[in-house]
Amino acid sequence: MNETEVTREGLLHERPGREATTGVVAGRRRSREELMVEPARFQSYYGMPVINKPVWASPDIPGYFFLGGLAGASSVLGAGAHLTGRRSLARGGKVVAAGAISLSLVALVHDLGRPERFLNMLRVFKPTSPMSVGSWLLAAYGPAAIVAAGTEATGLFPAIGGGATAGAAVLGPAVAAYTAALISNTAVPAWHDGHREMPFVFVASSATAAGGAGLITSTLADNAPARRLAVAGGTAEVVLSRALEHRLHPDVRKAYHEGKAKKFLQAAELLTGTGIVGALAAGRRSRIIAAASGAALLAGSACERFGIFWAGHGSSMDPAATITPQRERLEARSSRAARPGGTGRG
Amino acid sequence: MIGPIDLLSSRRGPDPASADGYREHPRRMGFFTDTSVCIGCKACEVACKEWNHVPEDGLEFTGMSYDNTKGLGADTWRHVKFIEQRKPLGRQEPGLSHQLVSPISFGGYRRLDGHGEPGPSRSAPNVAAPGGATAPGTATAGVGGPIDFRWLMASDVCKHCTDAGCLDVCPTGALFRTEFGTVVVQEDVCNGCGYCVPACPFGVLDKREEDGRIWKCTLCYDRLSNGDEPACAKTCPTSSIQFGELDELRERAGRRVQQLHDGGILDARLYLESPDDGVGGAGAFFLLLDEPEVYGLPPDPVVPTRDLPRMWKLVGAAAGALLAAGAASFAGAGRSAGRSSGAES
Repeated sequence: MNETEVTREGLLHERPGREATTGVVAGRRRSREELMVEPARFQSYYGMPVINKPVWASPDIPGYFFLGGLAGASSVLGAGAHLTGRRSLARGGKVVAAGAISLSLVALVHDLGRPERFLNMLRVFKPTSPMSVGSWLLAAYGPAAIVAAGTEATGLFPAIGGGATAGAAVLGPAVAAYTAALISNTAVPAWHDGHREMPFVFVASSATAAGGAGLITSTLADNAPARRLAVAGGTAEVVLSRALEHRLHPDVRKAYHEGKAKKFLQAAELLTGTGIVGALAAGRRSRIIAAASGAALLAGSACERFGIFWAGHGSSMDPAATITPQRERLEARSSRAARPGGTGRG
Repeated sequence: MIGPIDLLSSRRGPDPASADGYREHPRRMGFFTDTSVCIGCKACEVACKEWNHVPEDGLEFTGMSYDNTKGLGADTWRHVKFIEQRKPLGRQEPGLSHQLVSPISFGGYRRLDGHGEPGPSRSAPNVAAPGGATAPGTATAGVGGPIDFRWLMASDVCKHCTDAGCLDVCPTGALFRTEFGTVVVQEDVCNGCGYCVPACPFGVLDKREEDGRIWKCTLCYDRLSNGDEPACAKTCPTSSIQFGELDELRERAGRRVQQLHDGGILDARLYLESPDDGVGGAGAFFLLLDEPEVYGLPPDPVVPTRDLPRMWKLVGAAAGALLAAGAASFAGAGRSAGRSSGAES
């Protein structure tokens, strides 16, 4: 292969140019030491990013992460309330779940480059693709959540409704959690390098949102589980998202402290904190304060997702976030290799 | 055609076409891009666009170098990079005897971020080329003498990885492994979900805005199927882009590095040729004359899916924790009992 027929002297299959050693014919001799590669410092190609930035749009995709989490955890809350006879919380949980998942499906289809081909998602099943797994998950969860809400609202087919409620409660946490694998399974440093904590941040944020929604929809008599879930989720969300950042390389962590990510994440902590305090202080006495706390928790959860989304964007555009951790990893490996045998390559 | 997918594993081993389900297939084909003989003519960019009907990718002036193409994307499948450095190329005499004027800063060279010195510099030469976050005046003897100068040119392309992140994450099966071991997007299947874009450790794939789908190098799948070589390799006037059976290319590349080392060009090194690297070795690998990051390539790329089994386990644990936390929040049976639960994860 790789021959060029267009050669002047009929040198078919011969490529002398390929063997050219530019710079060898020398006017000046240099010692080998002089030619050695310089020691490591940050280098890049004109400061250009190494990876391409995600094409996912806001608010579609971060909105979906929030709504999917809200739906999934609300299904758990709705099912628990269903079992323990908390009517208003059961109704609220199921209706919120169905509404949120329907909206999120709209957002997902809207974000596709070719929305008319959204059913191609169900062409294959690939465990190596969290989006494929998620599509099948949503295909099972969405109808269950909608049937659970429909039967709850109309009072028709209570047996089917019970089954759908249980199904949605089992699948819901998976819907809330898989999106963490979806963003972590990319080359975006701020997402991928946080892959150990991300699923827990996502479910905590989902619990915050569902608890918040429960505080809005349920009566004071019914809202205790929502309050507990919101307080536990909100606390975990704040603690775990800090743990996630803590693990990251400083050049990667930067993305969480700049631009839109910084604003959203600061707002998330403030709103979630306010919501927790409000829910604990007066969530059982005042319907208005409970609802206001719930709204703050919902907003806090949404801000968390938007913050993480924009941190990923930021780190994808920063060559240092990609290059520096890799360079350090490479050097650590070659110095380990150099210690016993001395054959480390730079 | 979608082969059987090894549950939770992204590793393909030495024969990706077989691993992805082909019982009989031709030898794995690929590119060896030897940047040491690249002259930066961009014929590969043009040939690729012509053959593949790739639309215009923007007529912009970057002002950073001869590179106005910027990077690989939906409408750029071959990209020639230009790097100006204050380093000698082997034992070459650059013929620049203007001792007082830096060959780099003389042309009003300017870095993209504006830190470069815009005018001729007479004393401290400003080394602002890539591979140079160096402050003015730090260039000294050995490498970086005042008359040292070299141009690195390199034609970048999709790496057609053995363990391809884009292929792993594609939820529609639009991305597939061909019988030649290459990775191709089927444009009639892609629904533009965009997952492959951030899943690529090299920033190869992107969405074509007016069309909504993802596009990238096909390694001229249509030409290969006819026994022809890809357009870029065919047109390359210096054989910097070499096409052939991957095994043979690897051997040839090994000999070439040795030849350059023997000639005093100790900077020469291969990139992505080893099956032991983070992407299982690439179908398109390179001979570089500096660190990969100088060319905008990741120094130690790893396919994201390599960590996916662990991620799925953690996702399972997190989902279980949410279910448990939900159940625990109903634990205090009393309707107004205010016991706050700390069961979360």
